Amino acid sequence: MDATTLSRIQFGFTIGFHILWPAFTIGIASFVAFLSFMWWRTENPIYGSLMRFWIRIFALGFGMGVVTGVVLSYEIGTNWSGFSRAVNNVLGPFFMYEVMTAFFLEAGFIGIVLFGEKRVGRGMHFFACLMVALGTLFSASWILASNSWMQTPAGYSVGADGVFHVVDWWAAVFNPSFPYRFLHMVCASYLTGSFVVAGVSAYHLWRGQHINAAREGFSLALWAALVLAPLQVVLGDAQGRNTLEYQPTKLAAMEGLWDSGDGVPATLIGWPDMTAEKNRYEIAIPHIGSVYLTHSWDGHVQGLKAVPPADRPYVPLVFFAFRIMVGCGLVLLAMAVTGGVLRWRGRLFTTRWFQLAGLATTPLGFVAVIAGWTVTETGRQPYVVYGLLRTPDAASPIAAGSVLVSLLLFVVVYNVLLLAFFWYGARIVMRGPEDVSAVNPNAVRPGLEQAGPAVLRRFPTKRPAMAGE
Amino acid sequence: MDLPLIFACVAAGAVGLYVLADGFDLGIGLLFLLAPREQDRDVMMESIAPLWDGNETWLVFGGALLWTAFPIAYYVLLPAFYLPLMIMLFALIFRGIAFEFRFQARQFRRVWDYAFAGGSLLAVLAQGLVLGGFIGGVPVENGVFSGGTFSCLTVLGLLCAGGLVGGYALLGAGWLIWKTDGRTQMFGRKIGHAAVILTAACMALVSGWTAFTVPEVAERWFGWPRVLQLAPMPLAATVAVLLIWRALWGSSQSRPFVLTIVLFLLGFGGLAVSLWPYVVPRHATVWSAASDGATLRFVGVGMLVILPIILGYLGHAYWVFRGKTVLEGGYGTPDAEGDAGRRAAARRTDLHSSWSVRQPDAAPIAKGANPDD
Repeated sequence: MDATTLSRIQFGFTIGFHILWPAFTIGIASFVAFLSFMWWRTENPIYGSLMRFWIRIFALGFGMGVVTGVVLSYEIGTNWSGFSRAVNNVLGPFFMYEVMTAFFLEAGFIGIVLFGEKRVGRGMHFFACLMVALGTLFSASWILASNSWMQTPAGYSVGADGVFHVVDWWAAVFNPSFPYRFLHMVCASYLTGSFVVAGVSAYHLWRGQHINAAREGFSLALWAALVLAPLQVVLGDAQGRNTLEYQPTKLAAMEGLWDSGDGVPATLIGWPDMTAEKNRYEIAIPHIGSVYLTHSWDGHVQGLKAVPPADRPYVPLVFFAFRIMVGCGLVLLAMAVTGGVLRWRGRLFTTRWFQLAGLATTPLGFVAVIAGWTVTETGRQPYVVYGLLRTPDAASPIAAGSVLVSLLLFVVVYNVLLLAFFWYGARIVMRGPEDVSAVNPNAVRPGLEQAGPAVLRRFPTKRPAMAGE
Repeated sequence: MDLPLIFACVAAGAVGLYVLADGFDLGIGLLFLLAPREQDRDVMMESIAPLWDGNETWLVFGGALLWTAFPIAYYVLLPAFYLPLMIMLFALIFRGIAFEFRFQARQFRRVWDYAFAGGSLLAVLAQGLVLGGFIGGVPVENGVFSGGTFSCLTVLGLLCAGGLVGGYALLGAGWLIWKTDGRTQMFGRKIGHAAVILTAACMALVSGWTAFTVPEVAERWFGWPRVLQLAPMPLAATVAVLLIWRALWGSSQSRPFVLTIVLFLLGFGGLAVSLWPYVVPRHATVWSAASDGATLRFVGVGMLVILPIILGYLGHAYWVFRGKTVLEGGYGTPDAEGDAGRRAAARRTDLHSSWSVRQPDAAPIAKGANPDD
């Protein structure tokens, strides 16, 4: 294999591994900020203990995100010098703003979030949590603006030497696909986060441990999922229609659609054959493709044959990744709705099979995120900047051997890291949130607990006097 | 307004801040396994745990700034330094993640000790190779890097690596003297001497070697009458080394750290004199490498507003964690509760009543329970 292909595999692997952690921390950071706010305002010890529990897990994920992210900021130069040369005027500033508005914000306040609870007041601790959560969102917006610009370039001019220059910053940042991609990704991260919280809480409910905290976590997570999962369907549809308009070839690959036409079918499954230019073993429903793509019975959709074979992406990858993403999304939607129904019937915390289902669906958000990024990135091929800069022209003049060695090392090291993360993450989860009785023995009043919050609120918890004070 | 010049100053400032800030926590990593007691290591790690992430962000900032403002430096130098940069990234992965995992670990704690120390050492060595390769210059043809994978392995690079190991270790020792007390501080004072010797020797060797092997640099330093204007610099560095040596056992606990910063700034200044005005030495200058004026203006406006805020809240973080480091147990985990010598199995039972009594105390219910009191 040549250096370009190896660099593609390496970049795909490192960025795919990296995206797991932002997808996780964007959601959890906001969740922690919410818990910190509730702990500050209500002084209910359940929020305090849940907050500290999720901060411990967040710390692991955040660390993984930082160390794998530093790699990427240098890989763009080491492996993609042609790309760096061509687009630095456009994307360089986006990265600068990401570092300045997001990375420093996270780094400046993460210390206080993790270690500073005893050193600053609760209000300040909440502020620090909020800044970290905002940092993750700012980071997402800049990096998605960059990625969207590569998908749907705007506000630029190209010089004779192939270097891009910006003529309109507003148009470059808010390029046509940015708002859709941003909302789709942030919603995906929140959804992923809520199913992680739901899964961990379901584990505690299943084991019958840390019941109070687990119920609170399970309930919050499923409320969030009930809002986010349907919202994600709407956002995904909007993103799909945007892709149809600006990247018709990618959309045709997602649908496995070879011939342009009106009233195109929806291909449920099949094997896209690149050489025969048709789908084998296809199961398709007539007209439905046009219905959800164009929202009309006879809408026109462009097929893959509209462009020469050299300008098409590798169709099976895009085709199947898209189906995996949608499939995961539908399962999560079903979970969210089931949770809503069970809650309505008052059986949310006692239905055993639903706890098992919550455990089983924990990783689906991550799978969907990876699959979604595979769709959008491999669907952009053979271009790096859609329609303008081809991938081979973007690569660095480096030896294939060095890339192979670094790629193998990345695979080994990242898998070791993942293993260590699961090992320590699982330990934190099994240990669970500290029980309220550990915070305040006097707070445990079995009779009152069961009487519900309305009665409980009239007996405020007090800190017991410690020996030696 | 000369935008490329301003950006060159900001880039130099960012690299300088990175070297100083990440320097002391990389230095802590270098000294980590040399510390005599497990408790010293706990204190050492805890003293930098809230701050290391902010320090390392300057490295990402530097990379992004280079790409934005001086793209040639980014797309020529980064492929040229593929090997050391990849080593550095792997090393930083291990050392960064060791913070998170070591706090959680019990039986594999030693593994993360080695990951932290080894990662720090490798990262510093790789940075030294990059620095040496940068001073020596990289082969460029038709605007792209034309050397091989191992062309960064030079004598100059190895000397720079030695110098950085010494310098970072000295910063780390200065940090320990300032931020810890008792036996950990004593360890900082002792190890500081070795670090001073290594730093001074390597600085002298790097200067001498560069002067003899890179004629452009020699001409710059020894040309008449410039030699008179530049002579105070190496003299000041010599004085700084002597003062650090004395300060290691002096009464002021922050002086070794501050003086080491001065020494670093002098070294940095010497580098600037040798290489100015190149961003890719002897190939592209600050002005020929600069990107579009529109790009620089767009970023410059943001930097003018945001950088002061960043410096403000980074400073605030240092302020929150001011004073001597006290072991609190990372992330408030019961396992990290300072009883590292006790066996985990014994701790899990209620036999150790002292632990189970202390348990509620560990929970941070009381706001304002400042451990400094």
